[in-house]
Amino acid sequence: MLMRDSIGDDVLLDVRDLETHFYGEESVTRALGGISFQVKKGETVGVVGESGCGKSVTALSILRLLPKLNAKTVGGEVRFQGRDLLQLSDREMRQIRGDQIAMIFQDPMTSLNPVYTVGRQIAEAVQIHTNASRSDAMAKAKEMLRLVRMADPERRVNSYPHEMSGGMRQRAMIAMALACSPELLIADEPTTALDVTIQAQILRLIVDLKERTGTAVMLITHDLGVVAETCQRVIVMYAGRIVEQATVTDLFARPAHPYTQGLMRSVPDRRRGRQRRLPEIPGIVPSLREPIVGCSFAPRCPFATGICSEQTPILHDVEPGHAAACWRAEEVVGA
Amino acid sequence: MSDPLLRVESLTKHYPLGAGILKKAVPMVRAVEDVSFSVKAGETLCIVGESGCGKSTVARLLMRLAEPTNGRVLIDGTDIAGLNKHALRAVRRRMQMVFQDPYSSLNPRLTAGQIITEPVENFERLSRRQREARAADLLQKVGMSPEMMHRLPSELSGGQRQRLGIARALSLNPSLIIADEAVSALDVSVQAQILNLLLDLQQQMGIAFIFISHDLGVVEHVGHRVAVMYLGRIVELAPCEALFANPVHPYTEALIAAAPVPDPARVRLEAPVDGEVPSPINPPNGCAFHPRCPLAVERCRIEVPPLVPMADGRVVACHVRAPADIPALEHIERTADTKNGHEAIDLEKDQDPGSGITKPH
Amino acid sequence: MILSAPVEYVPAGRLRIADLSRLAKRHPLVAVGGGLLALLIVLAFAAPLYAGDPLNMDPFARLQPPSAGVWFGSDNLGRDVFARTVFGARISLIVGLTSAAGAALGGLLIGIIAGYVRSFDNIIMRVMDALMSIPTILLAIALISLTGPGIAILIVAITIVQLPSVTRLVRSVALSVRERPYVEAAVCGGARLPKVLWRHILPSTIPALMVQCAIVCAEAILIEAGLSFLGIGVPPEIPSWGNMISSSRLYLSIAPLTVFAPGICLAVTVLAVNLLGDGLRDLFDPRAKRRR
Repeated sequence: MLMRDSIGDDVLLDVRDLETHFYGEESVTRALGGISFQVKKGETVGVVGESGCGKSVTALSILRLLPKLNAKTVGGEVRFQGRDLLQLSDREMRQIRGDQIAMIFQDPMTSLNPVYTVGRQIAEAVQIHTNASRSDAMAKAKEMLRLVRMADPERRVNSYPHEMSGGMRQRAMIAMALACSPELLIADEPTTALDVTIQAQILRLIVDLKERTGTAVMLITHDLGVVAETCQRVIVMYAGRIVEQATVTDLFARPAHPYTQGLMRSVPDRRRGRQRRLPEIPGIVPSLREPIVGCSFAPRCPFATGICSEQTPILHDVEPGHAAACWRAEEVVGA
Repeated sequence: MSDPLLRVESLTKHYPLGAGILKKAVPMVRAVEDVSFSVKAGETLCIVGESGCGKSTVARLLMRLAEPTNGRVLIDGTDIAGLNKHALRAVRRRMQMVFQDPYSSLNPRLTAGQIITEPVENFERLSRRQREARAADLLQKVGMSPEMMHRLPSELSGGQRQRLGIARALSLNPSLIIADEAVSALDVSVQAQILNLLLDLQQQMGIAFIFISHDLGVVEHVGHRVAVMYLGRIVELAPCEALFANPVHPYTEALIAAAPVPDPARVRLEAPVDGEVPSPINPPNGCAFHPRCPLAVERCRIEVPPLVPMADGRVVACHVRAPADIPALEHIERTADTKNGHEAIDLEKDQDPGSGITKPH
Repeated sequence: MILSAPVEYVPAGRLRIADLSRLAKRHPLVAVGGGLLALLIVLAFAAPLYAGDPLNMDPFARLQPPSAGVWFGSDNLGRDVFARTVFGARISLIVGLTSAAGAALGGLLIGIIAGYVRSFDNIIMRVMDALMSIPTILLAIALISLTGPGIAILIVAITIVQLPSVTRLVRSVALSVRERPYVEAAVCGGARLPKVLWRHILPSTIPALMVQCAIVCAEAILIEAGLSFLGIGVPPEIPSWGNMISSSRLYLSIAPLTVFAPGICLAVTVLAVNLLGDGLRDLFDPRAKRRR
């Protein structure tokens, strides 16, 4: 197999310099400004950031599900098991989607068809990618619902999505996504719309299933708590770029980017004791319509110096396996 | 002890589910069931719970955006339920609301200045200059520059819009602000800015808050006292520190345990509670939490637990953890009076077991 | 998030020439329909300046072919067809625009009240249902038999018949807008009912109302032509397209322009109004624009 440089055998997804633009009536939004990262086999990677940072666009770019009219991936490669997904035909891409890479969304209602039973939809997903007969596929659907610990799977297999609660729908979505045993599961804010007790159940389920099936998971979320509880490695995004990448323990113990630090401090956390004021990140996220000179976080950054507003920092290793895109990352780690 | 600013007594709201012209019995959604609490001047009472627990309905009932089925809402001793339109308008000046969604809670066709001065103009006539001065003043109070008054909401960020929502609530100098999930739609860094703003305003102006949220981290940060709601009822109401340090009701415990903590070292083996919240149309008999509760005993299935005062000033509705063996009113009042700084919760003298749980069909 | 940013149409406060040309480029339907309609209005109301007397009969020049003097020829009573056509446009436009305006104003008022003040809703909507079930022609005949034929009574009849569709539309928009948090916020801020309706509900109904107005206007023009054709609309001596087609239809083979001139004008006018209506729909509904 043709492989560029030293990609280890265990790398499942290798994204390089991925760049996606959105086109408005008079402007171009640089939603992704060239991001590179890898997902290894069986690994759970969290992608965190605030709205508009490009985390969902990353997922859609990988799966080529961007709205065709106003968005385009203009550069980079997405190597999945050695093949560049961006070069595949639509037909080949459809084969990969759902079979080798599956995705679950924040609102399961948008991806479940309201006029078919949940069982039939899971069975259909199975039939598209395998030669299973209809009855085999239905049996598989039931098995999947049991796997995701759906209460009363025998009955639920014949339920319509609107007859289920949000938590059950998300279970059904996960069942559907995992029905073809994909290599990679992309979960975009899978628990954001759910209540905390249900969120805890669903996160537990995703972790369990990952351990059981060996599927790699890319978990997109805005919630640092969710990342801490489920992921092994974390990618922090800001304004369309990756600003920090580390194992979960390193990231929470020694955040190396001022943005990551700010993010962590602005979450109320009782372990720090009750302080009356939360440390806040001043200012707002920059507009991606105008080109950004220098570091995009510089205007809000307490560490910013002259170079920050002139040159874009490159993602570099601060310590082994821990990279940050900050000119002063080495000082920031200790701060 | 002075009277509380706001006193809510056995507030109840049942919605009919769909309009039934021909059908005799319309199923009722029991959104809020016998909720009582009080808020003192300058204090923050948080109401937490999961979706469908009735916390937002409580807010709407307090603002009289919905009519209560039963119960009283007293502000400075005046019952707002009995007020006519004119008097209600006057009372509304004292109580304002900040909404959850910073996008849909601002009229997209009005400028920032028009939005925040509108409440004032409902009560007094302002000249153009007065209005602009008032708008500039309000914008500064919420940390925005006065030039923003000519902007449309679509030209502002989510955080700035939420500041406008707060400025609008402040414009009538209320003594109580009800914040219904006021920071849930915001990103964490912006959320911190808004929370700080609310805390500052409380300190400077002595405003009391009813802070409704599903986010326990936020609640713990801003709250003085916390009421936990489950399926329309308060199951525990306690001082903030006490509640988080030592939750008594099993649901409170589960809720706190379920909140994700940004600490990778914390290992969780099992989800803290199984099952899902039952439908408020047909709530379980007895304690609404019993189908999910690990401690449930026979009594929980039959009898609705009353709110029982505990030694540290909290009230809990649980047969197992807070058994009401002497549910006589005198006992409750005595316990309540010994608590300093916290208002007693009014309890109905005759807690009719199973009241309001007559099954609709 | 870029993908889920809420799209809400916010009308610009000031309209400038540059905005107009940009509008024309982005929404050609609005430009074409609006332009055509504006042209028709100017032509119709400037008619005395350039066209002859539409009522002047010349028994010696009946059914003349087109010539330099009478551009579209003359009809069976020797009247100038061109003059009658442009004067007829006045009737069509007056009837169309006034009934649309009448239905819009009435429908707006009734619809907003029905949508916001729930206690009136049921009564108002049942009355509207009843109105909807009255056939236009029957109502027109009944009204005219009371007062005698005239443009005013025709407009009243058409307005009454068109009222329910506008009312229903406005009510449905008002129903959805009243649930918006900003309306509740206004109520919390102590706003009285008229202010809530005027400032917070009414502006949201305008886009849909304008589209509906165009539809009502086109329909009113057609109803007027139909009633006049049947002889129960505009009095026969007043030139109107319906009257003209009706009185000339027997001479179609001899002097086709006597029928075609008003017929084509009628079609073009209705088309212009409908184009404008479709264009406005696209303009106000960002989703429709994206689908194209």
